[in-house]
Formats: sequence, C-alpha cells, structure tokens
Amino acid sequence: MSTVDLFPLWLSLRVAALATLATVVSGLAFAYILSHKEFRGRNLLDSITTLPLVLPPTVLGYFLLVMLSRRSPLGALYESITGGPLVFTWHAAVVAAYVHSAPLFIKAARAALDDVDYRFEWAARSLGASELRTFLRVILPLAGRSLIALSALCFARSLGDFGVTIMLAGNIPGKTQTLSVAIYDAVESGNGGLARLLTILVAALALAVLWPASRWASRRGVRQAA
Amino acid sequence: MAGPAPIDARIKKTYPATRDSPAFVLDLHLEAGDGVTALLGPSGAGKTLTLNCLAGFAKPEEGRILVRDELYFDAATKVNVPPDRRRCGYIFQDHALFPHMTVRQNLRFAADSARRRSKMQRRRRIQELLDEFELADLDARRPHELSGGQKQRAAIARALASDPKVLLLDEPTRGLDYRLRQSFYEYLRKAKAALDAPVVMVTHDAEECFELADVVFLIEEGKCRQSGPIAEVFKAPASVDLARSLGLYTLIEAEIAALDPGRDTSRIRTLNRELEGEVDGPYLRGHLLGDRGWLCIRRHEMRVVTANHREARNAMRLKPLAVTRSPRGMRVQFGRDFNVEMSEADYAEVRGERDLTVYVPPTAVSFLPL
Repeated sequence: MSTVDLFPLWLSLRVAALATLATVVSGLAFAYILSHKEFRGRNLLDSITTLPLVLPPTVLGYFLLVMLSRRSPLGALYESITGGPLVFTWHAAVVAAYVHSAPLFIKAARAALDDVDYRFEWAARSLGASELRTFLRVILPLAGRSLIALSALCFARSLGDFGVTIMLAGNIPGKTQTLSVAIYDAVESGNGGLARLLTILVAALALAVLWPASRWASRRGVRQAA
Repeated sequence: MAGPAPIDARIKKTYPATRDSPAFVLDLHLEAGDGVTALLGPSGAGKTLTLNCLAGFAKPEEGRILVRDELYFDAATKVNVPPDRRRCGYIFQDHALFPHMTVRQNLRFAADSARRRSKMQRRRRIQELLDEFELADLDARRPHELSGGQKQRAAIARALASDPKVLLLDEPTRGLDYRLRQSFYEYLRKAKAALDAPVVMVTHDAEECFELADVVFLIEEGKCRQSGPIAEVFKAPASVDLARSLGLYTLIEAEIAALDPGRDTSRIRTLNRELEGEVDGPYLRGHLLGDRGWLCIRRHEMRVVTANHREARNAMRLKPLAVTRSPRGMRVQFGRDFNVEMSEADYAEVRGERDLTVYVPPTAVSFLPL
C-alpha cells in the first residue's frame, strides 16, 4: 500500500478547530441572548438558529453558496478584505462546519445557561457586578462543565460535515478535501481500502474527543452533586 | 422627621391570570426608615416581589422607587437603574454563595464588583469582615464545606463587603432550627450596628418581626393592610382577617356594653354562649354603645387564675374543653383559637375544677368592628 495522503486529516482538524472556536464564541452570545433577554422576535431568532439542524444539507449548502458567492454583497465584502473569494476555499469548509455545529451548540448552551440558578446571578448583580462580569465570573464557571463537554461535541460534529462542505468548498484534493469528502471521493473512485481507513480514522478521532469529555463531565458532575 | 423616608417606594405590578394562577396585583406604598422594616404576610402575598422591585430584579409598571434620595425607578420618566448600580445588599434564603469560589473569594468578588474603595482598603475590609463574622479560619473553604450557620455568616459578610446602601433579606431564617435562628439574629444585629443603612426583611413569622424589626408592614394579596411601629401594629390589628392571619389573637364575637371616656375605659360583653363574659378594655374611640364586633385578645397575655390569687375584675369563668401538654407547660383549650398556657404547677392547683377563671389584662384587649 502506497503512502496515504494525510492532508484531509490535517485539513479536517484545522477546519474543526476554527469552526469550534467560532461556534463557542458566537454560540455563547446567541445562547445568552436567547436565555436572558426578552425582546420581540426572540422566538424567531430561536427558530432561525435551529433551522440548519432540520434543513437538508443541499438546501443549506445552496443557500450559503448564493449568500457567499463572489457576486453577493457578503462574498464581495470578504473578497475586498482578504483579496480572494470565499467559496471553494478551505475557509468555506470552516463556514460549512460552523453552520453544521453552531445550531446544536446554541440549543444546548442555552439549556446549560438556563440551568444556572438565577439566584447566583442575582446575587452577583446585587453585589455590584455588571452583566458582563456576572456572565464571565459566575454564569460561565457554573455552566462550564456542560459547556466544555458541549464544545467537544461540536468539535466532533465539525469533523463530520459533508453536504454543506462539498457544496460550498467543493472537492479539491490538497485544497478543500476534508476527511468526509475524501471518503466520498475514495468510494466513488473504487478505493475501498482508503475509504475504510479514513472511516476508521474519523470515528476514532471523534471518539478520542467525545470520550474524555464525557468522562470528565460526568465525574465532575458527580462531585458537584455530592 | 424632615424630608422623605430613606426608602420611599410606590410599586404597582400586575400579573394576568394564567391557567394555574389567578390574576395578581401588587400595589403598595412602602416607606421604610433607617431601622429594620419587616414585610410580614402569608406566602404569595407579594412580599418577595416587593423586595425584587427594590433590588431591580422585577420591573413595576407604575410607580417610583427612591432610596436615600436616589431615584432607582420611575415609570413616568422611564428611569430604571440596573441592579448592579442600586447597591442593594440582597441576602437570599439559601444564601446563594458562589459554589465555585472560596469564602474569601466570595467576599472579594463583592468588594471588587462594588469598587467602593481602593484595592488596599478592600483587602483590609475583607479581612475585617472575615474576623468579625468568625470566618477567618474558614476563608479557604468552598460553600459546600460550610455548616448552615457558617454559610449564613458568610452571606451577611459578603453583602457587607459590597458596602450596600440598603440591606434586603428574603426569609433569611426559613427552615432553620431555633439555635441557628438566634445566631442569625445576633449576627444581623451586629451587621445592622456596623452599617448605616435601612434593612428591609421579608418574613412570614410574627415572632421574627419582634426579634428584629422596628416597623412592620402587613401585606396580603399584594396590598399593605396595615403598617406602623411593631408594638402598635400587634397591639391592635386593623381587621379581623388580619388578626386571624397573624394567629396571635383570640377572637370572640362581642358587643360594647359600656364606654367611659373620662376614665379611658370600655366594657366589652361577649356574644358567644360557650365563652360568656365581660372584660374591660381601653376606651374605644369612634364606637358607640351597643356596637357589635369582635373582642380581640392577645392570647399570650391571658392567664388562668389559680385559687390563691383570684382577680375579681376582668376575668371570665370558662369551661375548659381540652388540656394538652405544650413546650411551656400545659395548654388549656377553651374554644377555637382560644387557649391559655400555664405552668404545670399552676395547672395542678386547678386540675379537676369544672370552670376556670381566665384573667384578661385590659391592655391586651382591643375591639374590632365587624
């Protein structure tokens, strides 16, 4: 067996790491707004952030392709900043992975933030802590365990996006070919051995992230309850 | 007193009826002085909601909240100061100490958040508070490693560390045993002495009001039914319903048999056949001879008179219905909400008598209209 091209692995890890970072930062903001702010259109925002969970990847991919194409305002803005188009680059794969994992994160993070006893929050505010300080010093640490487990889940999920990635970033070996796209490519070209190897790789990688996170979360959970 | 009270709050907040609960309207005017003000009433009366409006956790629809001449809320001009700038030290029922911080970190969080002093002063103040509330040896512990009493002390110390302008307490001793209650009262008095700030306390326990409060507001169904210095309010509740819910009085249907403004006395005759008698009371301003209403007697002030010292006046000859043991000796039951406690030795003297003489001090008597 010739040497296996490991580029899809490195690309997938890089994409997943960046997508997770974006998911955690923006997802926490969305989750906080949804769980703490009362405003008109809150339910609409909730529905919009949930939409990617239920739409077929093709619909989502096509929508993003139109939204981010070189002729769209967003695509043009991106191009004016970075000097190159977004679609069919590995950056587009990050966007795809983000859209794949962020809705899940927002939903679960909102529940985690809701779970923090409001009295801790009230106590902090009445002691003079601003909303931001209360969030950073009280809410975040108290929800921290679930949020870290959740981030691991999102990382694993980011590794696995296929539909949106192939529509938005395409399948350019050595450029935009992530692990899941490479598996599709291997199967298409009849390379069963490679497909099997990459499949095991993806599964092992996801497990390597999920298992420790789950163990850690449940152990800390038990200690907290005791 | 010149000027407005330290806390002057007019609050109106409505909750429409839902499937589980009827509509609720909180509508009251709270004027609290520099001492301890108790909001007393049954659960669901709106006491905690009042506290939350003061602290900024609930927003009234109408009204105005002034604390020490600082406007916290005004519906008319749309002023609503956020909770972190109201400087209300809020002590929660379960203390709400941050579980991920040590005792010292809890206090430091409060002092750093409030930013009322320089860094050096804050550090010194925290140490002072830890010493004062006997937490110096526990400063590195997390809340789950503290006993109930230690948590209490830490919660008070934390509230003080933020240099509050008002101290708000939400049923701080609910579910605590006698010993912990007493120690809480002691530390709270200590805190109050050190703090030049009004205290507003929510409670449903009349005894607790006597321990701590100077002024009491009786709150029922979102309204203030009566307010005033604690001794006055408890001396004569404003209505039969209030007297019933306070649970400290014996109420008997009665009429006014005599009024003597010259000697500042009255005579009230009961209209209940089982509890027949006449007692003297204070002169009843605004009532007429023959008015019907309720004789209201502060239960703890009645005595069963033993043969040795019979008081001729102001006694009722009554048939005991039941005798049970009580923490203070024996409890003799004469009717619904009408029982008199006496020592075992006194009871031994009257045991077996068909009728007992119950002495009703005139100062314990009031008359409530129907």
